[in-house]
Amino acid sequence: MRTLLKMTWIELKLFVREPVTMVFTFALPLIFLFVLGGIFGTMHGEDLFRGAKPMVYYTPAYVGLVIASIGLVGLPVHFAKYRERGVLRRFRASPLHLWCIFGAQVLVSLVISSLGGILLVAVSMIGFDVTFPESPALVIAAFLPSVIAFAAIGILLGALLPTTRAAQGLGLILFIVMMMLSGSGPPPEVMSEAMERTGQVMPLYYVTRLIQEPWLGYGWNWDAFMILAGVTVVASLASLRLFRWE
Amino acid sequence: MKKIIEVEHLRKVYGHTVAVEDISFHVAEGEIFGLLGPNGAGKTTTVECLQGLRRPDAGRLHVLGLDPQSDGRELRRQIGSQLQDSALPDRMRVWEALDLFSSFTPNSPDWREIMEQWGLTEKRKSSFSRLSGGQRQRLFVALALMNNPRVVFLDEMTSGLDPAARRTAWDLIRAIRDRGTTVVMVTHFMDEAERLCDRLGIVDDGRLTALDTPQGLIATYAGQVRVVFSTDHADLSWLQSVPNVLRVSRQGPRVQVEGTGPVLARVAAALVERGVLPVDLHLEQPSLEDVFLSITGHTIQE
Repeated sequence: MRTLLKMTWIELKLFVREPVTMVFTFALPLIFLFVLGGIFGTMHGEDLFRGAKPMVYYTPAYVGLVIASIGLVGLPVHFAKYRERGVLRRFRASPLHLWCIFGAQVLVSLVISSLGGILLVAVSMIGFDVTFPESPALVIAAFLPSVIAFAAIGILLGALLPTTRAAQGLGLILFIVMMMLSGSGPPPEVMSEAMERTGQVMPLYYVTRLIQEPWLGYGWNWDAFMILAGVTVVASLASLRLFRWE
Repeated sequence: MKKIIEVEHLRKVYGHTVAVEDISFHVAEGEIFGLLGPNGAGKTTTVECLQGLRRPDAGRLHVLGLDPQSDGRELRRQIGSQLQDSALPDRMRVWEALDLFSSFTPNSPDWREIMEQWGLTEKRKSSFSRLSGGQRQRLFVALALMNNPRVVFLDEMTSGLDPAARRTAWDLIRAIRDRGTTVVMVTHFMDEAERLCDRLGIVDDGRLTALDTPQGLIATYAGQVRVVFSTDHADLSWLQSVPNVLRVSRQGPRVQVEGTGPVLARVAAALVERGVLPVDLHLEQPSLEDVFLSITGHTIQE
């Protein structure tokens, strides 16, 4: 436990010392907010955005983007870099447990995505008059399993992708595809059926649902929650099995 | 001496490449045991199998009474490792690494003391990427000692260090042994092996070709010493009949006498008796280099 907390604290410090990752994680969702807010912010229409104001609709979806960027890009690149540089090799020769390395990354993801999420929500409330969530407790309850599911995906990608380059490439592609099709891109009402169906294969789709629905007042989405729980379990087991130290 | 490591018929194959053909040896508690050989001889693979980092294809291994494969984690609690090609995160500070590694084992000694001991206190706030090669090695040794290990594995610890840093590293290795820790080291430097190791295994092409103290190896495989001096005396044929002398050769004024045992004393006495008093009479000891050449038929660089 002491090791886990120490590891988490050091990893957080390392994250803060890495400006590029910081900017990517915190600024990218904000850029989307401003760009898309500029485009859609004034759009009206009962048949779009499930009847909500566009920015109210997008804010919880962008919280999902913060989570996804950590899971799809941040963590895989982090692990690949550690493997390439021989950091994992050094850890492996110590009494450190694999679950401690994973656990620290999950905790780091929680802290960073919470900060990123709060920053994003604050900006959208101040800049775009987004209203407070309808069920704040459920939004927070939705946030936790979402972060954990994407941390598990990130660790799995990090376990599988051999090099930093591979992790960056594949991670970014996954991120962009998920972003476009999972509810943070074009509104689902304008997507073709094929696009929508593809979107439903993406884990981010369920994160968006899980966070967005209590925000808009539709309550807890059990289906989305169960799917994310399943993703977490499968990804964690696969990571433990497939993890490569070098 | 208590055997702390036992290796019997270790074999390890990577695909079609046989890294370790058949290696057996043991290490006694408290000694500095070295594996010497050229790159690719199988030394690193051997010590990595001993640390439970690779799975042997055949053979029996025991380290501190544990099987490195099935009791890997327990074993790594009791050993210290300094590995080739390993690193810490670039932006991790020296003190953070020491603090982190000290949390891996309960009852580990105070990391501040170890930091002081290994001369890292000045660099405590430097990040890993800014450390010099020698400082990194010191940090890695400090990390390897963080759990008060009974055995430390050092793999090519002095590669990439300048001569001064290498000598400092040798002192550090002796310091580890002096605190009661057994040291298993891998090296391809002859002088390092000769100066540091209590016992030394010569590894070539996946096999252990010789195993003894450095002096023992020299005595067995390069037993003949050379007595060298200069003189302008024309006739030295009587030297042949001096006891312990095997061969006399001459190039101009330079005379070289090959022999065994106390050949220097014998030659010196004979020279004095005949009134030949060279000022440069000296003994040239064979080195591990000669041993290596005579065992493997090639030098270590080939």
